[in-house]
Amino acid sequence: MGDFFYGAAWLQYALGGITIGAIYALVAIGYNIIYNVTEIINFAQGEFVMLGGLFGVFYHQTCGLPLAPAVFSAVLTVGVVGLFLERYVIRRARHATVLSMIIVTIAFSILLKGGAMLAWGKDPHRLPAFSGTGAFLWHGVAVQPQALWVLGISALVVGILTVFFRKSFYGKAMLACADNPNAARLVGIPVRTMVMLSFVLSATVGAVAGAAICPITLMEYDRGALLGLKGFGAAVLGGLGQFSGALVAGLLLGLSESFCAGYLSSGYKDAVALVLLMLALFFKPEGLFGSKEAAGLKRF
Amino acid sequence: MSLREKTAFGALTILLAVFPWLAGISRSFSHYTDVMIFAGIFSLVTLGLSLLMGFAGQISLAQAAFFGIGAYGSGIFTVHFHWNPWAALAAGALVAVAIAWLVGKPALRLKGHYLAMATLGFGVIVHIIMNEEVDWTGGPSGLGGIPGLSVAGRKLTGDMAWFYLVWGMVLLVFLFSRHVLHSRVGRALRAIHDDEKAAEAMGVPVATLKVQVFMYSAVTASIAGSLYAHYVSFLSPGSFDLMWSIRFVLMVVVGGMQSLWGALVGTVLLTFVGNEWLQVFADFEILVYGGILLIVALFVPQGLVVWLQGMVGRRRGLRETHSDGGS
Repeated sequence: MGDFFYGAAWLQYALGGITIGAIYALVAIGYNIIYNVTEIINFAQGEFVMLGGLFGVFYHQTCGLPLAPAVFSAVLTVGVVGLFLERYVIRRARHATVLSMIIVTIAFSILLKGGAMLAWGKDPHRLPAFSGTGAFLWHGVAVQPQALWVLGISALVVGILTVFFRKSFYGKAMLACADNPNAARLVGIPVRTMVMLSFVLSATVGAVAGAAICPITLMEYDRGALLGLKGFGAAVLGGLGQFSGALVAGLLLGLSESFCAGYLSSGYKDAVALVLLMLALFFKPEGLFGSKEAAGLKRF
Repeated sequence: MSLREKTAFGALTILLAVFPWLAGISRSFSHYTDVMIFAGIFSLVTLGLSLLMGFAGQISLAQAAFFGIGAYGSGIFTVHFHWNPWAALAAGALVAVAIAWLVGKPALRLKGHYLAMATLGFGVIVHIIMNEEVDWTGGPSGLGGIPGLSVAGRKLTGDMAWFYLVWGMVLLVFLFSRHVLHSRVGRALRAIHDDEKAAEAMGVPVATLKVQVFMYSAVTASIAGSLYAHYVSFLSPGSFDLMWSIRFVLMVVVGGMQSLWGALVGTVLLTFVGNEWLQVFADFEILVYGGILLIVALFVPQGLVVWLQGMVGRRRGLRETHSDGGS
């Protein structure tokens, strides 16, 4: 048993897969928050992740803030971007068709991507690890402390949000907005505020993911689209709107990607999550953990 | 065709016929013929996409992939197998239509956001394949040495010959698409756009039609890709990435989704914006595209052509009421 574990390649791949999978889960959760409140899919979700990493770099290296306040400021800044997206873009297009809503969020994502390219250039940037610089050995496998940070943060976010939406007054009020905005308004829920809150929350979760992964994989201006797409894969696979489903599906995607890179072909590792996304969409659009009836009620 | 549209079509044909001559007058405009060849090639993509998006109401973020399948089809069949370029073009179109059927059949059961994401995912997968299959596509360093086209035994040389070939094809596809739109199929498509369930209840084969339109848009994109390959003779994956799919959507949206004229106008306009007027800004290009797309989607959702028609119509209406009051 010990030999099976000790220094095994698969263990190293699994660790890498879980780390990146946790990020996909956070991106998926970003989709879920907005979807749960508005039934909109925000195509700029991946851009929030990219911005989280790059703003962290900006505050830490350009402004010289210590790491923790820098990350905190980055998350806050991206939250403001989310607020801006809702207040000045989404709200204007509120009564448009689904097709225009898709186009509007895609347009916003292009603007963010273009803006990031102008501000940070085309080179990848790195944040220092949150704690500890060197990797340590565990069962003969190199573990980066940052990977543990990523896992811990993801677990924390999933836990908090699940409790928030299930138990708290505000969480339930937000869920009511998606179910029936008019009824929610009648019982006194400020629907507009809730929608805005969902965009801010979703942007901050994305930014947390971006800042957490930046020390491991670096971040550049055009990473958003692919991260967003894989995150959406996790969201669908886990059942759109479900936080724990997103976590499991995210880890699943991360693991399959990592094992593909390790054993099959590193060039095709990005395709794995996308193929899984398409298979899920084609054959099980309600997700692995969602029920068919519930999916039937959703509007896309 | 209404008289007005006939006039417009006649004017377009004449304008296109004399365009290379007009452009040739001044040295500073002579390269416009080259830009217009690209605009024509892209128009083939956007005319198909317009049918899919504006009329069937289905978004596709994978048109660059079909454009690329046509281009690499032509490239691979001519460079590696030494096929006749026209046979390669046809083979590329066949491959595209087969893939569109395979992907479209399950994908088009999806709606809205799900369909957009599925086509997006498909487009990215195709782009990854272009980068990875180095033996066939040359990978990131590209595939060169693609032969040009010849018509009736004579090689197409010079921009003017290419211009007439490409725009001749655009006019054909335009007429065919228009014909489709004004047939039973077109009415069925509009019914799908307005209310899928009602259309289904009226006996419209919704699923089959949607896949067929998707296949049609894939064929026009693939033919466009083949023309592109034979015209520029060099391919690299960068021309077929996600940004290009978004550009095609942008061209259709800017001109106006629910009008074939819109697709033409939007494509020519944005090709000039991209190839000519934005060269100065280079890196700003992507920002400008995002900005245009956002502004159009928010403020002119019906697109420039329909918006201008509305403006002209309103002014004419005003003038008429004015003269009525005067008499």
